[in-house]
Amino acid sequence: VSRIVVGPFNRVEGDLEVELEVADSVVSSARVRASLFRGFEQILQGKVPEDALVFAPRICGICSVSQSAAAAGALADAMGIVAPRNGRLAKQLMQGVENLADHLSHFYLFFMPDFARPAYSGRSWHGEVAARFRAIHGSAAAEFLPARAGLMRALGLLAGKWPHTQAFLPGGTSRPLQSSERIRLYRLLREFRGFLEAKLFGDALEAVAGIDCEDRLMAWAQGRSGDFCRFLAIAEDLGLQKLGRSWDRFISYGSYNAEDGGVRFAQGLWEQGSVVPLNVLGIQEDVHYAWYAEGSQPQAPSTATAPPMPDKEGAYTWCKAPRIHGKPAETGALARQLISGHPLASSLVAADGANVKSRVVGRLLEVARLLPALETWAEALRPGESFCEFGQMPEEATGLGLVEAARGSLGHWLTVRHGRIHNYQIVSPTTWNFSPRDTQDQPGPLERALVGTPVGPARDAADAPPVAVQHVVRSFDPCMVCTVH
Amino acid sequence: MNLLWLQSGGCGGCTLSWLGSEMGPLFSTLADEGLEILWHPSVSEATGSEAVRILEACAAGTRALDIFCVEGALLRGPRGTGRFHELAGTGVAAIEWARRLSARARHVVAVGSCAAFGGITSAGANPTDACGLQYDGAARGGLLGEDFRDSTGLPVINIAGCPTHPDWITETLIALARGELRTADLDEFGRPRFYADHLVHHGCSRNEFYEFKASAERPTDQGCLMENLGCKGTQAHADCNLRPWNGGGSCLTGGYPCIRCTEPGFEEPGHPFARTPKVAGIPIGLPADMPKAWFVALAALSKSATPARVRINATADHVVPGPQTRRDGPKR
Repeated sequence: VSRIVVGPFNRVEGDLEVELEVADSVVSSARVRASLFRGFEQILQGKVPEDALVFAPRICGICSVSQSAAAAGALADAMGIVAPRNGRLAKQLMQGVENLADHLSHFYLFFMPDFARPAYSGRSWHGEVAARFRAIHGSAAAEFLPARAGLMRALGLLAGKWPHTQAFLPGGTSRPLQSSERIRLYRLLREFRGFLEAKLFGDALEAVAGIDCEDRLMAWAQGRSGDFCRFLAIAEDLGLQKLGRSWDRFISYGSYNAEDGGVRFAQGLWEQGSVVPLNVLGIQEDVHYAWYAEGSQPQAPSTATAPPMPDKEGAYTWCKAPRIHGKPAETGALARQLISGHPLASSLVAADGANVKSRVVGRLLEVARLLPALETWAEALRPGESFCEFGQMPEEATGLGLVEAARGSLGHWLTVRHGRIHNYQIVSPTTWNFSPRDTQDQPGPLERALVGTPVGPARDAADAPPVAVQHVVRSFDPCMVCTVH
Repeated sequence: MNLLWLQSGGCGGCTLSWLGSEMGPLFSTLADEGLEILWHPSVSEATGSEAVRILEACAAGTRALDIFCVEGALLRGPRGTGRFHELAGTGVAAIEWARRLSARARHVVAVGSCAAFGGITSAGANPTDACGLQYDGAARGGLLGEDFRDSTGLPVINIAGCPTHPDWITETLIALARGELRTADLDEFGRPRFYADHLVHHGCSRNEFYEFKASAERPTDQGCLMENLGCKGTQAHADCNLRPWNGGGSCLTGGYPCIRCTEPGFEEPGHPFARTPKVAGIPIGLPADMPKAWFVALAALSKSATPARVRINATADHVVPGPQTRRDGPKR
């Protein structure tokens, strides 16, 4: 058994280290280390509850709006207020735009550049793919970045700026759109649709969203141009559907509102082929292998307090281990599409579970489904009507804000005492996915997914990190700054 | 010139903001100005041992390093060890890497208020003992010390902001690459004066409401956010309303107050961010270079002169009465 440490594991958001044990050229065991601690949960204690709206987005520069949405949700829950229709739509639009941008930043900037590596120079597709996706220098980044900047103008309109807007309020948003601005917003979305249909899919979004099984997906991709099809061809050649399978247990808090048309992503827990209702009270955080002081039992986020303990014996990460009913769960776009019952996601998971290919397909399927929904919501805004409901924070209250960030389920648990934040616990998507082992020694989803990954022969150099390991890790689209916060 | 970028105690939001640059395709812009990205955690191909080799060569001086950018606060805790962030794959504290690389770099740039002053990461009880590269809040010192100068005599260049505007980064880097950035181009806190010599107030779309002290009472109102909702645009050094964000936005157009995010210590204002502290009904924290008595006198005067249109619109979430049209104007 040999040992490989990969770090700084880049093209993820934040700093990550992965330690692998290797036997017979495959990974036999993996430990995932989140190496940065900042202490938002400590920082927020004692502040007035509304100040969470300034701090929460700054947990993360890539899922900033999702953090705002969760904080606003927790405050609204504590205050007992509900956003009016415009406020709800504006929030959905902001979340959706960030979600799209994150999925595509992952695809174009973080994930695809690995196929441009010299390790694949013997593959028939390598020349074209390297020219298209090579980090920094590829033609795709030069087209994607301006398209992304154009999409982000929607957040300039709805949120003032991105990242780190304070436009999210408990009862809606601070930015009422006027009639001509609604038209501008719609045009920005249509413009971005143009990029997606021409460059990413080579087809109408509705056609992509209508693909209902893996065989039809592969048939659809045959002979079609577009970056998604390039990925599918690579996935076929390298057998990426056999890489990175994990526990195949999925969680989603659900997202968007059925009343508004477009899409609604259902809440639920998927295990052994079926969706069961999610009981949030079944969520606990285990810190057995994390650098935090430990209670006798894993704690529910509503009451958890785990001060940092950097010298803790046996611990190896700053990431806590969230568990649902005592077991790990994977979260993200694939989980959302699966739990929402999309037939393509169901077909992929039925065949090979969650893996490098199905995680990426899940993300891009979501892109194809989400943009038309954003167009619908933009058209549904009613300029002149209220965007926000206002209320009063009680002196004593608890609140829960559950949202789906691009990377999966994000929850904020708030307790207010004497008008101040008494406790604030954040459980982020990558905290689920990149969690360490727990009291029962169950590895987290990535730790499990890495087991069985081949470490050779595809490597750029003898001591270079194995490329297959990189595909598995990045297929989760991790966000390490959210993970530890 | 080449460019090496490290992230430590922050959110990565300054990089993400930068990637939203509207100056043209970012990577082509940099290449066109002769700026080569040696390594950046979010966008470079090199990972793990490949990246560590680059860092080691720069730290050892065997590879010339022109511009060293740090994003995120420097975490000195626990107890000065820096172990709240050991750079992955190296077992070495990020503060140690920052020290080594700063000593070798031709120029050192703090990207964002965390790297400049400590920022959000140093809020509250500052659990990680976070500071900036050359400042600890408003106090000189920080990780590298008050006396640090790069080999050309420049202090750390602080592109403060939470996040920074994409152009602030790009224009600073280009000025450095061209050899056009000198000590005189930096303000008292090491910020490039091209953006820090402006106030957020300049060009604010709510200026007419400010003139008449016609104030918003709730965040969705159109009025000035200063009197009630905590806005510090008249004190914050930045050109956010002259050089808008994401195609045309700013905090103020977004309906929320300026929180002085380019200033040291903004993270602990001593009051709730979105509420203006007042003494005897008068906001404290008036414009920095205006005599208070004059401000109060002028405010009282302008309030009493407020047109009905401005007064009504200040507490509405969309324009109710529009400006009067003139039918008696001079003809051409």
